[in-house]
Amino acid sequence: MTADSLLPALGAAVRHAAHPARAVPGPRGACPCGAEDTLLADRDDGTVVRHGDFVAKAHAPDTDPTALAPRLAVAASLPGILLPPLNPTPADLLGRRVTLWPYGGPVDPDTPDAAPWEAAATLLARLHRAPAPQGLPSMRGPVKAARAMARLRAAGPHPAAAPVLRAWAALPGWARAEAPMPDATTLCHGDLHLGQLVRHPAPDGPWVLIDVDDLGVGDPTWDLARPAAWYACGLLPPDEWFRFLTAYRDADGPAVPADGDPWPALDVAARALTVQTAALAVAKSAAADRPLDEVQQAVVDACDRMSAVPPELAQGFAT
Amino acid sequence: MQCPKCHAPMHTYNRNGVQIEQCSGCRGIFLDYGELESLTRVESQWSQPAPPPPSTPQAYPSAPAPAWGAPQHGGHGGGHYGGHGGHHRHKSFGHMLFSS
Repeated sequence: MTADSLLPALGAAVRHAAHPARAVPGPRGACPCGAEDTLLADRDDGTVVRHGDFVAKAHAPDTDPTALAPRLAVAASLPGILLPPLNPTPADLLGRRVTLWPYGGPVDPDTPDAAPWEAAATLLARLHRAPAPQGLPSMRGPVKAARAMARLRAAGPHPAAAPVLRAWAALPGWARAEAPMPDATTLCHGDLHLGQLVRHPAPDGPWVLIDVDDLGVGDPTWDLARPAAWYACGLLPPDEWFRFLTAYRDADGPAVPADGDPWPALDVAARALTVQTAALAVAKSAAADRPLDEVQQAVVDACDRMSAVPPELAQGFAT
Repeated sequence: MQCPKCHAPMHTYNRNGVQIEQCSGCRGIFLDYGELESLTRVESQWSQPAPPPPSTPQAYPSAPAPAWGAPQHGGHGGGHYGGHGGHHRHKSFGHMLFSS
C-alpha cells in the first residue's frame, strides 16, 4: 500500500510537468485545465498517477538508483521502441525515485482479442537487436522469478506448491538467478506482458514498450517466454502464439532460429515463466484461502508435467 | 474350402469390410489377391488421429509445443482454456495477460 502522502506528491509532480509555467494547485484543488489526477497503478513495483498528457511514476521502494539511471538512459535513446521519459534523471520524492513520462494509451483489458501481438513481437525484435550500452545492469527476469518463489514459500503450505517447487528446482541456475545468464550482451525488456505496451501519442500513435525497471542485458528468450508459456499451458490460442512468433522472426529477432522448432531455444525461459506464474497463483490462493481457478490450475498442471521431461539443453542455439 | 496346411474347413469372416478365410483347426488365415493391401489401408486410417471437431478450427495444427505442454496440443481436440478467437477468454487469463 502506498504511503498516504505519496499520491498527492505524485499528483503535484505530474501537474507541474503538465503546466510548468503555472502555479500548481494544491492536492485537492481542481486544476484549471479540467483534467483530474488518475491513479493508473498502485502496486509493490510502482505507483503511477496521470494528469492529462503526462504521468508520474514512483518506482518500487527498493529500486537501486544506480541501476535505474542507465535503464532510463536506454529508454531515452530508443524512441520508437521504448517510450522516452521527459527527463532521464529521476527525482527524489519522499524517499522514492520518481520519473515523468508522456501518457500512452494502453491495450484495452476488456478486449484482449485485439492484443497487438505483431507490434509486441516486432518491438522486442528491434530491442534485442539494438546495441546495449556499456554498464547496463542485467535484465531482472530471473530475479523476479526467484522473488515469486520466495512469496510461494512464505505463503504457507498449499497442495499445489509441491509441483511448482519441483519444477523450479529442475531449472538451470541462470533461470533461478543463481548463476550468470548464458547471454549477457543482448538488450532485453525483462517483464513483457500486454500491460507493457502503449500507443503514443494516445490513442492512435504507434505502439511502444514501457516500464524499464527490469530492462537490461541477458537472455532474450525471457521476453518471449510469457506468451510461449501461455501457449504451452493451453491458455493462448495457437493462432495468437503463431502471429507473435512469426512477427518476431519476420523482424529478425535473435532469440529463436529463423525457422524450424523454436522450443529448444524457448524451453528454459518458458518453463521459468510458467513456474513464476504458478508460484504467484498459488501464493495468492493460499493468502485468500481460495481454490485455484481453472486457468491457475492449468499453469500448476504444466509445472507438474515438467518433472517428466528434463529441460532442453540446447541453450544458445546460435552460439 | 479346406485349409492348405491342416485340411480343416475354412470359414469366411468380414474384417473391416475385407473378406478373409480362417481355418477352424489351426486358425491360419488365407487372403485373396489385394486383401492384404486392403487391410493395411484400413489399419492406417485407424491409426490416424481423429479430425479436430468443427467447432475448434486448428489454423496451425503443426505449431510445435514443448513436451510438458497442455495435452490439447497433441491434436486430440480439447478446448483451450482461453477460448479460440471469437469466444470469450477466461476472465482469469485476461488478468494474467496484463500481470507481472
